[in-house]
Amino acid sequence: MDASWYLVLSALLFAVGAGGVLIRRSPLVILLCLELMLNAGNLALLTFARMHGNEDGQIFALVVMVVAACEVVVGLGLIVAMFKRRLPLNVDDMRELKG
Amino acid sequence: MEEVAFFAGAIGALGGAIAVIALRNPFYSVLALVVHLVSLAGLFLILHAEFVAAAQVVVYAGAVMVLYVFVAAYVGQVEEPIWEPIPGQRWLAPLLAVALFVELSIAVLGTALESIDSEGPTVQLGFGEPSSIGTLMLEKFLVVFEASSMLLLVAAVGAIVLAGRRQEASGRGAEGEKAAEGA
Amino acid sequence: MSATTYGWLVLAFPLAGSLICAFGWRVLPGRAAGWIATTAVGLAFLNAVGAFVVLLGEPADARQLTSSLYDYASATGLDIQFGILVDPLSVFMCVIVSGVSTLIHLYSVSYLTSDHGFARYFSYLNFFVFSMLLLVLAGNFVLLIVGWAFVGFASYALISFWYRRTTATAAGMKAFVINVIGDIGLVLAAFFVFRELGTFDLLAAFDEAQGTFTVNEGVLVAICLLICVGAFAKSAQLPLHTWLPDAMEGPTPVSALIHAATMVTAGVYLIARMHPFFELAPTAADIAAFVGLATLLFAASVALVVTDLKRIIAYSTISQIGYMVVGVSIGAYAAGMFHLMTHAFFKALLFMAAGSIIGAMAGNQNIDRMSGFRRAMPFTSALLIIGCLALAGFPGMSGFFSKDEIIGFAFYRGGLYSVLGVGMYIASFMTAFYAFRIGFRVTTGTPCEEAKELERGHLAHAEPQNPATGELEDTDVGFPGAEHHIAEREVPMKVAMSVLGVLAIIGGFVQIPGIDDAVEKFLAGSFEGSALFETVVPTGEEWIGLAIGGAIAICGIGLAYLCYVRSPGITARLTERLRPVHTFLAHKWYWDEAFDALVHRPVIGAGRFANSVIERFVVDGLVAGTVGVVRGVGSLVRDAQSGFVRAYALLLITGFAALGVYFLVASS
Repeated sequence: MDASWYLVLSALLFAVGAGGVLIRRSPLVILLCLELMLNAGNLALLTFARMHGNEDGQIFALVVMVVAACEVVVGLGLIVAMFKRRLPLNVDDMRELKG
Repeated sequence: MEEVAFFAGAIGALGGAIAVIALRNPFYSVLALVVHLVSLAGLFLILHAEFVAAAQVVVYAGAVMVLYVFVAAYVGQVEEPIWEPIPGQRWLAPLLAVALFVELSIAVLGTALESIDSEGPTVQLGFGEPSSIGTLMLEKFLVVFEASSMLLLVAAVGAIVLAGRRQEASGRGAEGEKAAEGA
Repeated sequence: MSATTYGWLVLAFPLAGSLICAFGWRVLPGRAAGWIATTAVGLAFLNAVGAFVVLLGEPADARQLTSSLYDYASATGLDIQFGILVDPLSVFMCVIVSGVSTLIHLYSVSYLTSDHGFARYFSYLNFFVFSMLLLVLAGNFVLLIVGWAFVGFASYALISFWYRRTTATAAGMKAFVINVIGDIGLVLAAFFVFRELGTFDLLAAFDEAQGTFTVNEGVLVAICLLICVGAFAKSAQLPLHTWLPDAMEGPTPVSALIHAATMVTAGVYLIARMHPFFELAPTAADIAAFVGLATLLFAASVALVVTDLKRIIAYSTISQIGYMVVGVSIGAYAAGMFHLMTHAFFKALLFMAAGSIIGAMAGNQNIDRMSGFRRAMPFTSALLIIGCLALAGFPGMSGFFSKDEIIGFAFYRGGLYSVLGVGMYIASFMTAFYAFRIGFRVTTGTPCEEAKELERGHLAHAEPQNPATGELEDTDVGFPGAEHHIAEREVPMKVAMSVLGVLAIIGGFVQIPGIDDAVEKFLAGSFEGSALFETVVPTGEEWIGLAIGGAIAICGIGLAYLCYVRSPGITARLTERLRPVHTFLAHKWYWDEAFDALVHRPVIGAGRFANSVIERFVVDGLVAGTVGVVRGVGSLVRDAQSGFVRAYALLLITGFAALGVYFLVASS
């Protein structure tokens, strides 16, 4: 397969993830969409690794997975904490940054 | 043969992704993501990244998604209101997503990416196998390896602190009051 | 001591006197300020005389001495010294200025005894004398302009001395504004001189001018005309003369000193000093001469009809200075300076006598109300008549010799200058007439109320009021107050007036044509190389001129006798018959009205326009507009800070997309 197919697929998945982050209001779903974006990136990395015959891309992809895992852990912890404090689980209600 | 596999994986991944953002019930979104991840693992296999594919299934779809499932079950259904408080968000977001996709595609397809030909270089034996990954990790990318472990540790501690602190604090406070009354 | 040391001392004493009176006004007892100031100027006079004597000891062609105290400004191409030029012309002026000033200071000590601003007056007066001496002794253009400007300031300060009188302050401002116009002319002339000749130093500039300029070269004519602008403003010649009659708002000794004897002669001195330039640019000199002629005729005509005593004398001053300007413009330098000297004597005397009379009239200055003072004030009347005789040019008096010498020179040069001569004779006739208009009006006839009171020994009193507008004033500081002094009762006034009276009589004898030419011989040191100075009118022709002049003076006096003593109603009937002419003259040929319409109103109108239109729309519009724009942008940006995380994410991705577009476009 031509590598460009994989890259276009990766771009598409990334765009879908970005759209989801902007559209959805539940923090949980937003985190899921973030996962989509990260995985799209992983796909691109691996495509380039195959393209150049260089395994560094795969290592990079593994590290991305590690980072994603950590981020998920912290993010879910936040959601749990919010839920326990009976805060509304809606990003639009968190407006302390209003200028 | 490869094409078939590619398209199967692609459709799975794409379908899963769209399902994530479209489904109302967060639990279903989590499940859709699992499908997406497994399809991606399939794609990784085609790309000669066996170890990464395995890690994807075991770690990502296995552990991380389980976490998500737990939290989704714990939190339950979230009511997402219909009305959009931010003006323009509803149509700007898809528009921008499309724009992003178009730009990236143009970047990928329009530029003269050398060595994008049908086949790609012949890879040596052992490309993508755990042994070569391991060798790289411990030789060329040792610092990265160690740093990621540190990161994992920090994240674990952080999660415990985030999720558990309040009960301990209120418990200690209640004990303090009882001690003060008793004394 | 050398002449230049005397020169520095001449400057130092009045400055010291001014500072002592200025800073010590609280501690100086009684009239001490007055005596200190008088002594200071007296010492300046003695030093001026000393310089005079030393200069006489020098050979005739080595009498131009310079001395510099320190480098005033030194840079590439610029070398200005704080230096004085002691030569016959400047020493001549110094002697006259300091001498007459001393007498006027003496007079003022009595005249202003009861004034609350006694010390301030003497501080200003001393400062004026210092400035005038600085102007006269200056060795370069820069110091000349410094002295020029200081003199203008001193004049302003003294005119508006009674500062709570609105007419006085208005007059002071008018004088200052017109003086500034003259300053501009002089400063521009100095700049041109520096550009063309490369130096500000007077002697160096004069030497350079001979080689650099051709006759009547455009730049030189421009320089001379600019110098004339300065001279005319200071000396109150047409069209910059309107300030001098109004300057009579100041105390009478001030009018005597500044506006008769010294400051207004600065313009004449300037033209005489710049004679090398004027001789190379005869066009400018001719223009100056004809302006002088127009002025002297104009002023003499107005003096025939105005009724305020001091204003008649003021117009007389303008007219006589016109004579001096004509004199130094056509090359009669010695005659012009001689007339300056005699004029200083008799004009100061006239003002002093006028001050005494006004004192007797309890502040009223209207000549129509004065009459018959000869029995009540014999001393003042006698000296007034002496002054009038000198002004009219009665044979034998000082004014006779000086004025007619100028006229003789004009006729001797012939051609166009004969017109000048004829005009000056006509004005002499008018001068004699109005001089004795004053003389006969005040002294002869039935005594007026105030004179009768004075004969009984009682000095008239009246409510203190502004002599011009008649409004009542109070007597505190800033106003002259209710006390008046006359010469008969005050010794200092008598002494000062007597000295001037004697000088007015004998002052002419220093330059009798054919017998002695003391002034001309003395001034020769300053006018070396001047072709016009060398021109000497033959003695015979001079005496013919003197005879004609004397005859005209006697005719004028006779006519005045007829109109004011024999048949007192003639002038009233003439006024009725020639009412339009009378009105025209009484309104001073409508100069003030013309300036008001041509200059004052347009400027005020422009200012109002600027305020209401430009200020409101352009300036405020810009400022308010900028404020509005900033506010608008601010409110727009404020809306972006909504607090919604998703909105921020949207902006983030928008930015990313935009960057992507840029890079795609840039790389294609």
